[in-house]
This record gives sequence, C-alpha cells and structure tokens, in this order.
Amino acid sequence: MLAVLIYKLILVFAILGISLVVAMYSTYAERKVAAFMQDRLGPNRAGPFGLLQPLADGVKMFMKEEIIPSVSNQTLFIIGPCIAMTTSLMTSAVIPWSSDLSINGTSYPLQVTDVNIGILYLFGVVSIGVYGIMIGGWASNNKFSLLGALRASSQMISYEIAMGLAIIALVMMTGTLSLREIVEQQPGGHWNILYQPIGFIIFIVCAFAECNRTPFDLAECETELVGGYHTEYSSMKLGFYLFAEYVNMFISSAIISTLYFGGYNFPFMHELGLSPNMLALLGGLVFFAKIFFFIFFFMWIRWTIPRFRYDQLMNLGWKGLLPIALGNIALTGLVMWLTGKIN
Amino acid sequence: MLTQYLFYFLSFLAIFSALLVVFSKNPVQSVLSLIVTFFAIAGHYVLLNAQFLAAVHVIVYAGAIMVLFLFVIMLLNLNEDSEPQKPGWIKFAATITGGLLMVVMIAALRSAAEMPAPQKVDASIGMIKNLGHVLFTDFALPFEISSLLFLVAMVGAVMLGKKEIHNP
Repeated sequence: MLAVLIYKLILVFAILGISLVVAMYSTYAERKVAAFMQDRLGPNRAGPFGLLQPLADGVKMFMKEEIIPSVSNQTLFIIGPCIAMTTSLMTSAVIPWSSDLSINGTSYPLQVTDVNIGILYLFGVVSIGVYGIMIGGWASNNKFSLLGALRASSQMISYEIAMGLAIIALVMMTGTLSLREIVEQQPGGHWNILYQPIGFIIFIVCAFAECNRTPFDLAECETELVGGYHTEYSSMKLGFYLFAEYVNMFISSAIISTLYFGGYNFPFMHELGLSPNMLALLGGLVFFAKIFFFIFFFMWIRWTIPRFRYDQLMNLGWKGLLPIALGNIALTGLVMWLTGKIN
Repeated sequence: MLTQYLFYFLSFLAIFSALLVVFSKNPVQSVLSLIVTFFAIAGHYVLLNAQFLAAVHVIVYAGAIMVLFLFVIMLLNLNEDSEPQKPGWIKFAATITGGLLMVVMIAALRSAAEMPAPQKVDASIGMIKNLGHVLFTDFALPFEISSLLFLVAMVGAVMLGKKEIHNP
C-alpha cells in the first residue's frame, strides 16, 4: 500500500514537472516558430540559441511589481488565476503516458489513475476551467476584463458541446470511457483517426477554442478589449494565466494523440521483438513526439489563420460544428450497424 | 475508516457552503459557495461508488448551469444596494413558514431512528456499464420520456431566445 502510494506520488510529481517544463519551453518554441514563419531570428540572446529565454521570462514575471486594483474583490482576484492553473494541471491525471513498466516482477503503470470514466473526468475538469477566467475577469472590476471573460466563457461552453458530441461517436466505437482501454484498442497503426476523421476535425477545432488559441482568441483581442480578461493582472498572476494556456495546449495535444492517434502505439511495434520495458520506453517517446507535433500544429495555425469575428465564431460553433457532430454520431451508428458491430 | 473521515469532511463542507449560499451578502459569493456544495455532493457520489453520477453532476451543475447563473449575476452586477427591501409582514410570514418546516422536519427525522439497517446492495451498480444497461432495459420508458422533456425545454428556450421579426 505504502509502496504504491510513494510510486504514485513520484509519478504525480514527475508528470507535474514535465507538464511545467514542456509548457515553459512551449513559450520559447512559440516565439521561435513565429520567427521562422515570419522570416526572423526570434529570441537568441539568453544562452545558446536563446534557450534560457523562458527562465529569463519567468524571473521577470516574478520580479515585476504586483498590482491589485483597490476596488476589485481581492480574494476572487487571487483565486481566478489559481483555478485556471489548477484545472489545467489536473487533467494530466488520467492520461496513459505509456504501457506498464515491470521491474523485478512488479508492474508500474505509467498513468496516475485509470478511472473507468476517464473521458467524463476530462470534461468535468475542462468545464470547471471556465471559472478561472470568469472569476478573474469579474473580480478585476474593469469593463474590458468583464467583456473578455464573458466572451471567453461563452465561447468555451459553446464549443464544449460540439466537443462532447465528437467524443460520443468515438465512445460508441470503442465502447469504453477509460482512456487506457481506448489506447489499447489502437494497437500498431490502427489509430482511431482512420475510423473517425470527421470526429477528429471537430475535436481539434473545439480544442483550439477551449484553449483560447488563435483563430479563436477573441477573449484577448487587443484591438477591441486591451488584454481581455487579464487586463488588470500583473506579475506572476498574469504569468499564471498565460502559463495555464500553454499547459492546456500540452494537455490537449496529449488528449488528441491519445484519442485519435493511438497514444503510445506506433506502427510495427509488435514486429520489432523488443522487451516490454523497452517497448514502454519507446512508446513513451513516440507519445511525446506526437504531442510535440500537435503543439507545433497549434503554433502553425496561430501564425497562419487570422482571428474570427465574434458572430462568425458563434455561428461556426452552433450552426456548423454541432450539426456535423450530430451527423457524425448518426453516421457512426449506421456504419456500425451495417458492419454488424451492433444489431 | 478513511472513507468515514471523508464522509464527515464532505458532509461538513456541503452543509457549511450551503449555509454560506444563504447567508452571504454578495450574490457572486453565494453562487461560488453553491458550486463548492455541488463539488461536495459529487464527492459523496464517488464515495457511494457512483462515479458516473459524480462526473455528470460536476459537468452539468457546476460546469454548465452555475456558469449561466454566474453570467447573469455578473452582468446585472447585483450588490447590497440593489437588494430589494422586503416589507415587515413578508419577513413575519417567512419566519412562521420556516418554523413550520422545521416542525415537519423534526417529525420526519424522529422516525428515522427506527429505520431498518441499510441493505447490502451491489456495489458496482453505479458503474457506467450497469447504469447504461438498467437505463435502456428496465427504465427505458422513463428515460425516453425525460429525454422528450429535455427536447421540449430546448425548443422552448429557442422560441424564447428568438428575435421577434417585425413585418414591414
């Protein structure tokens, strides 16, 4: 019992550390990718190739003067960024990072917990994430913040629905809500993307909207709303909001790879004749390669597609993605019936 | 043993935050306390091995309904000044009804002591597989009727939200 507890604790801290480091270097990668797309050099002063830039940014954030507006609701003003950060880090608990490691006969699963409602847990946490933005925006007592918060949260709850319906089609196919089982049903190259292409497209669009990333970053539209919901924030509280976005991006990439791209599975993995431990390590590396690809994809889109107008965004969510997702569910059911999976 | 401590903690949290909902002067604080209450109740569901119910409870109540509540309260920007002052006789009537409710509750709770011990039930009944099976076999009709109710509510909401088109 104690050994399991200690192992889980180590795993939790390792995943926490990895999430934070990946998020930290995503800020660096974002600027480098932007520079590459715009034919610039990007940050290159701090350390070799500017690799210490995220550290320098972090130190700067911590050293900045902390300003709390005197008329704002102070407690809520502080709670806002805390909720944003906590919820973004909580989702990593159900993601299977690789297959089990076995050392001296005991197997160590590389997943914090395999709850049988993994996907619903994800949804619960994501739907709580809205509060960080809403509370922060309201507690700032600033009209721009409030408008930004309202935009962000209405966008998030609108896209959550299409996202849920996209996943329902996937769940119909796999017949389970546990993320580990979903991954194990995609051995080798039989990834779910082959069976659920429409669902994948809906899911990734919704993931962009949930992370408030371009082209859906209306919440912090500078020309209209100054800084959006974090206009009044300074120092590390602002850092928390910005950082939470990058952690969200990392976690969404992990979820996209888990649900649609086979997680830690890769083609010909069973033909290589490797020991299970080697396979677990290699699988973990492959999983991270997929995650990094999707993080890059997020940045790629950011510097390619301009921002939507707000009514276009809502139209896309409610009149575009929602009917397509419903149609996808019907189509999945029909194909499953025709192929004799259900009767 | 641990579950018992958790039960007491969650119960305390639920009752405490439910009281805060009623007593706090700031409506936003009330809503936030209500969200904490929902979380405590979701925790109770997990203790009862009903994980699906817990997750759905969090998604629907804390994640969707309370967000809309918060929307409305934030937009109206309610505070102590805008709180309507009730006339004296309403307060008087409220006290009497509250007292009557307490009497009824005491009468109901008095017989709780003689209740038979809870029977052992299948602990896996709350798991999603069993729940789905039961919903689509034994309780198919109530399930369908409630989904029809939801549909009616949705149509109603769309009708209310529609802009009136004036013919020129």
